[in-house]
Amino acid sequence: MLKEAKESRTGLFLALAVGLGLGAGLLAILQAGVLSHVVSGAFLGGQGPRQLWPLLWVLLGLLFARALFIWLGESCAHRAAAQVKLSLRRRLLAHLFALGPAYAGGERAGELTYVLVEGVDSLEAFFSRYLPQLALAVLIPLTVLGFAFPADPLSGWILLITAPLIPVFMILIGKWAESLTQRQWETLSRLSAHFLDVLQGLTTLKIFGRSKDQIQVVARVSRQFRDTTLAVLRVAFLSALVLELLATISTALVAVGLGLRLVYGRLEFERAFFLLLLAPEFYQPLRLLGTQFHAGLSGATAAKRIYAVLETPLPGSVPAGETDRSAPSEPSQACLLQARLAGMDAPQVVFSDVHYAYEGGLRPALSGVTFVLEPGQRVALVGASGAGKSTVAHLLLRFLEPQRGSIQVNGLPLGAVPPELWRQYVAWVPQNPRLFYGTVADNIRLGRPEASLEEVAAAAQAAGAHEFIQALPQGYETPVGELGLKLSGGQAQRIAIARAILKDSPLLILDEATAHLDPAHQREVEQALERLMAGRTTLIIAHRLTTASRADWILVLDAGRLVEEGRHRDLVARGGAYARLVQASRSAAEPVSPAGAAAGAGEVGEVSP
Amino acid sequence: MRDLLRLLRLLLPEWKSMLAAAAWGFATVASNVGLLATSAYLIARAAQHPPVLYLMVPIVEVRFFGIARAAFRYLERYFSHDATFRVLERLRVRFYAALEPLAPAGLLDQRGGDLLSRIVGDVETLRDFFLRAVAPPLVAAGVLTAVAVFLGRYNAGLAWAVVAVFGAAGMGVPVAALLASRGVGRKLVRTRARLQAALVDSIQGMADLQAFGQARRQLETVESLSRELEDLQTRTLNVASLSGSLTGLAGNLAAWCVLALAIPLVAQRQLDGVYLAMLMLAASSAFEAVMPLPQALQYLEQSLAAARRLFAVVDRAAAAETSAAQAPPACASPLAAAPRPTRVAPAFRGLQVEGLRFRYTAVGPWVLDGVHLQLPWGGKLAVVGPSGAGKTTLVNLLLRFWDDYEGSIRLDGQAIRSIPPEELRNRMAVVAQNTHLFNATIRENLLLARPGATQAEMEQAAAAAQIDAFVRSLPEGFDTYVGEGGFKLSGGQRQRLAVARALLKDAPLLILDEATAGLDAVTEEQLWTALLRVMEGRTVLAISHRLRGLEVMDQIVVLEQGRVAETGRFEELLRRRGLFWEMWRLEQVALSDSPFQPLPAASAAGSAAEA
Repeated sequence: MLKEAKESRTGLFLALAVGLGLGAGLLAILQAGVLSHVVSGAFLGGQGPRQLWPLLWVLLGLLFARALFIWLGESCAHRAAAQVKLSLRRRLLAHLFALGPAYAGGERAGELTYVLVEGVDSLEAFFSRYLPQLALAVLIPLTVLGFAFPADPLSGWILLITAPLIPVFMILIGKWAESLTQRQWETLSRLSAHFLDVLQGLTTLKIFGRSKDQIQVVARVSRQFRDTTLAVLRVAFLSALVLELLATISTALVAVGLGLRLVYGRLEFERAFFLLLLAPEFYQPLRLLGTQFHAGLSGATAAKRIYAVLETPLPGSVPAGETDRSAPSEPSQACLLQARLAGMDAPQVVFSDVHYAYEGGLRPALSGVTFVLEPGQRVALVGASGAGKSTVAHLLLRFLEPQRGSIQVNGLPLGAVPPELWRQYVAWVPQNPRLFYGTVADNIRLGRPEASLEEVAAAAQAAGAHEFIQALPQGYETPVGELGLKLSGGQAQRIAIARAILKDSPLLILDEATAHLDPAHQREVEQALERLMAGRTTLIIAHRLTTASRADWILVLDAGRLVEEGRHRDLVARGGAYARLVQASRSAAEPVSPAGAAAGAGEVGEVSP
Repeated sequence: MRDLLRLLRLLLPEWKSMLAAAAWGFATVASNVGLLATSAYLIARAAQHPPVLYLMVPIVEVRFFGIARAAFRYLERYFSHDATFRVLERLRVRFYAALEPLAPAGLLDQRGGDLLSRIVGDVETLRDFFLRAVAPPLVAAGVLTAVAVFLGRYNAGLAWAVVAVFGAAGMGVPVAALLASRGVGRKLVRTRARLQAALVDSIQGMADLQAFGQARRQLETVESLSRELEDLQTRTLNVASLSGSLTGLAGNLAAWCVLALAIPLVAQRQLDGVYLAMLMLAASSAFEAVMPLPQALQYLEQSLAAARRLFAVVDRAAAAETSAAQAPPACASPLAAAPRPTRVAPAFRGLQVEGLRFRYTAVGPWVLDGVHLQLPWGGKLAVVGPSGAGKTTLVNLLLRFWDDYEGSIRLDGQAIRSIPPEELRNRMAVVAQNTHLFNATIRENLLLARPGATQAEMEQAAAAAQIDAFVRSLPEGFDTYVGEGGFKLSGGQRQRLAVARALLKDAPLLILDEATAGLDAVTEEQLWTALLRVMEGRTVLAISHRLRGLEVMDQIVVLEQGRVAETGRFEELLRRRGLFWEMWRLEQVALSDSPFQPLPAASAAGSAAEA
């Protein structure tokens, strides 16, 4: 993590922070010198105000300069921390975007969000406090010693010997407290979560008529929590005890030693007083380091998690290079590609012998899939979950690159087209579309950021979303998403369709929703999709028989292989995997009543081409 | 101010230990003052070369203070934390007691889980109230008094000078810092929330962003928000650093004032020069007590904000209770009158709902709008309908979570409003979609339903819910911890435990409230199979979004927007080709998951045959 500090601006700010801190330390020593001179002058030298005022003014200046140094030093440290956080957040997010949704999606999302938000934030204290303090805890005591030894070697030795004991004891006791916490961790975390648990389960408790008893339970658990925590804290407080003890006892030792030698005239007062004033300055940085110890620990933990993400190699780029080694990728070539894609309507897409496996080849998802999406055709992809349907969609969206085989669009190898450029020609309606924090209009504009409000409204109209959007408190300007209004799954879906309509791309990938089967809106959604698909090449990941049966062509995937393809009627007639699928989905109705089954089958029959 | 008083009142029961903690805090600072002051006196006195015997008292004092400070610090920490935890314990109990009558009605209008975790977080925030907001000013006041008295014994002017600087540093600096950062603070909170939202959006919406070519724009948004946040943060931190360094300066300034005032006194022989060093160090070291004050004010603000939110909840609870106390005569009287004529005819044996109308708020839409249904003992009734039709509301009304509906709900002819909620709920066993499993052992979670149940009864219930084999396979069986911090259960396992729990309760009416919702198709199927067996011979009210499997029900009520759209048995409804049939059609033709999985062998065989 320290390499972050090497970045020029950060390094400069950190160096300034330490330099100013050290300067403040030097001023403190100087201040002690002047103070002891003034006091000794007034006390023993018989000097009056007239002789001492100039020195008092100097002293006042020193005090203000020292305060200024401390303030500026801390400001520099904060700035350094801000630099590091900015740069890390930028690099993390850029890297995650490069890794793509295949890496960042799914179960990893929670951890990644944590790293980006809390993880980066916890570096603030590490860089602005712990790191400078670590340097100062070494530099300032050494400087003080440099003045203490010439003044009085004995006092110097006392300081020198006690100083290393402080970190040693702190670490020892810290370890002890930590192991104690670890041992109690399960109990502690269970107890600390208990209150929330009971509150969340309040309805359940009420149903079982047990909610009143819980008052005692809350009290008992709270008491237990107190006892356990205090047992841990008793040890943790010991480190404070030792810290104080070492600092104060050695100050006392220094003072008594000085006093005794003064009595016998082996030392003059001014020097003795100077040393007494130095003792607290000597221990202060060590004490501050102790209070920052925790910041250091949590910063190191956060850094470990941050670098684990940053050091994840980009998987997509390597295989892409391998499959399309012949593919040109110079900018001029990209312009050429752009020209070929630009006027494209309803392209032809060819998958030839495409292979893909996750986890470095351990989990094959597609093994040698070959098919063609003809221009303007609606092709349905069916298969069980895990059959490879989403992988096909992700390959087509260039979230993944084929590990073997190739994808061609209008005869153009897809690997040669930069992903960002390619995605301009693809619209995607995902199963669970994400609504981003922003207005409804912004969310639809994701399809085309420069679209006017009229165009947005027209797209919403076509997607069957206009009505409910207008009923929202602020219409198209209603904030939705993370900090805004929560829309239902069906509403989000229609917004996603509006996005795709607004984008108006020649190739459409549609991941049919399995949930939100709401008869009232289903029709609207179906009609909206119907309008959307017109005149485009469409790949539908179908979850329902009706959808599949309406497609021009059906691809049946099983365990990463294409086992069947054809028209609905032909496939049913052939009696293969698809027919069994249709059979299975109908047979569920049969044992119930012939009427119901007939109704269900009749409907499918009616809509099939 | 009222909130502050209320908050302080919460500390009252622990005032003795809190005062003790503050006293130890005072002693900690005082012993440091003592250490440095006596050390200075010792050196100054020694410089006058008196007989060593004269130095014995200061030497003993120096040693005492040198050791005592650490011990005092330890005691202060211990007592203050102990007292704080006691207060928190009391707080939790109080808030639980206040919230208990509210659930779930009073808690729903806020954002569900959000509110709850906020309450818990707010209670935790109050931990700092005594430790960091109340104790430091107490300690500072004590130290200031002691030091002023001490200095005053030598010269009143010295005492006043130190009091002035102490006051400026202890009150002026914190207040100024607070004012300087207040406006920024609000902006900071807002910007942080926006950045967080943007980051969460970036991760969870990465696929959408990239598919629409918006990744770069999102990066720019995050970058600019991030920069804005860092700017604001640096500004607030700079204010904090400034107030910190000013507080440090104050201690030195006090020492300087003492010197400036005392040197003329020494020159005029009004003050013995031997005390000069001592007085100066006593003044400066007393400022240790000022150091935590700027932060104390921030903690005070945070505590007050947290307390305000908590009090709002408690007050709402209190208000709800008084209104509930007033309500019964108003709504009970027509009801008390109503049952009498019906009692002439033999009362319906079972659950009877008539003309039920209900809305959550006085102005909101009717969630239930004239619902009729009857469920005789031993019967099986299903209530189905699209989401938002009012199914779950119906259950909430049956459980008396809300009482202000029109129409009637009767159990064996008795209006449920006249049955005490606990007694009513004793007659119902509910398996809800979101049944909460507590962070406790499986045994404890099951025994919730019936604390006196024997091991055999528990195993029987588990067997009926078909979870017994799984429980036995766990390392600690029924004593395995589940829930958030414990063993991670799958959705199906959780629901099975919920079923077992409901069975253990053995109430006459079994309510299945979307018991299989949110599960994947295969698990849903398996759970339903288990439920079918459980339902045999029981009175069942099943609220369901899925229609498959409802053939066994005696009657199905189809709700649409709070009204009964259709009623009948499964086949009747299908034949009618209405809403039920429409829903059936949508559900029936699902392709991917459930039909495929039962046939892996067949499809593998198929592909082999084709090859």
